[in-house]
Amino acid sequence: MKVLWATTIVLLIISFAKDKDKTLHALKTAVKRFKKLLGDFAILLIMVSVALTLLPPQKILKLLKGPGLLIGSFVAAVVGSITFIPGFISYPLAGILKEQGVPYTVLASFLTTLMMVGILTLHMESSLFNRRFAILRNITCFLIAIIVSIVIGIVFGEIP
Amino acid sequence: MKRRMVICTYSIVVLASLIFGFEPGVEMGKNLLTFTIHMMKVLPFAFILIGLFDVWVPRKTIEEKLGKEAGIKAHLTAIALAAPLAGGLYVSLPAAALLYEKGASLDVVLTFLGASTLVRIPMMIFEASFMGIKFTIVRLAVSLPLVILSSFVLSKLIGEA
Repeated sequence: MKVLWATTIVLLIISFAKDKDKTLHALKTAVKRFKKLLGDFAILLIMVSVALTLLPPQKILKLLKGPGLLIGSFVAAVVGSITFIPGFISYPLAGILKEQGVPYTVLASFLTTLMMVGILTLHMESSLFNRRFAILRNITCFLIAIIVSIVIGIVFGEIP
Repeated sequence: MKRRMVICTYSIVVLASLIFGFEPGVEMGKNLLTFTIHMMKVLPFAFILIGLFDVWVPRKTIEEKLGKEAGIKAHLTAIALAAPLAGGLYVSLPAAALLYEKGASLDVVLTFLGASTLVRIPMMIFEASFMGIKFTIVRLAVSLPLVILSSFVLSKLIGEA
């Protein structure tokens, strides 16, 4: 996070020193683009908060602990797709799950869908590109996540 | 219009929960606050970077490096561009849209999006510390080639975005 802040500030200063007008134009573009997506961001935040209330980390922990390899991986893929959890929560959560004996296969399925598939960002993706783009990309990423979890399962000796 | 109704309904639910002490509703409001703060730490900076990129990087450069003629090299460039990104899809989607507007080809944009979720360096270090380095390497070795391969098929299926 701090790297992002520092990079932005440094680049902004360099840009300003090089060309004042261009930099002001860049800032205007930034505001314009942000404004255009403001409604999408608001809806995203609302959906994230609803999803997190219905499926808090404790519940995810319980859901992924029980059902074993096959059903567990599937449940994990669905949960990972419909929730939106930033890395600073999801990786520690996965770490706890690992210590409680949840297979790597299930965790790979959860973490990969969490990163790649975004049901909650689907509307934003549709308005930036189009619906067909958003749906096809997410389906593909879901399939990639399943393949990743299978390979992880084989490499870690969980799938014979 | 639909959007406004969702926002209104949501606000009423949270407000009512606060007044009547409905615990899950209050929890939901708190979640909203946490995530809003989290996103506000990333979004303004990300959009300033997008703005600077838009102004300083000419369309010609994007077309040359990330366009149709650039081939597999364009995909590697896209991955390099995605690797230092912070935030999730909510940051990489607007960034990808800008690349597409400026003349990157669709398959390269798809690789950029995939890579931005898979190879974010700050997150990978974090992941490896919890899951082990072997997990991170296998995950990458499998997913990244699949993302590149699928981007060719997907861009054909999508046609125009």
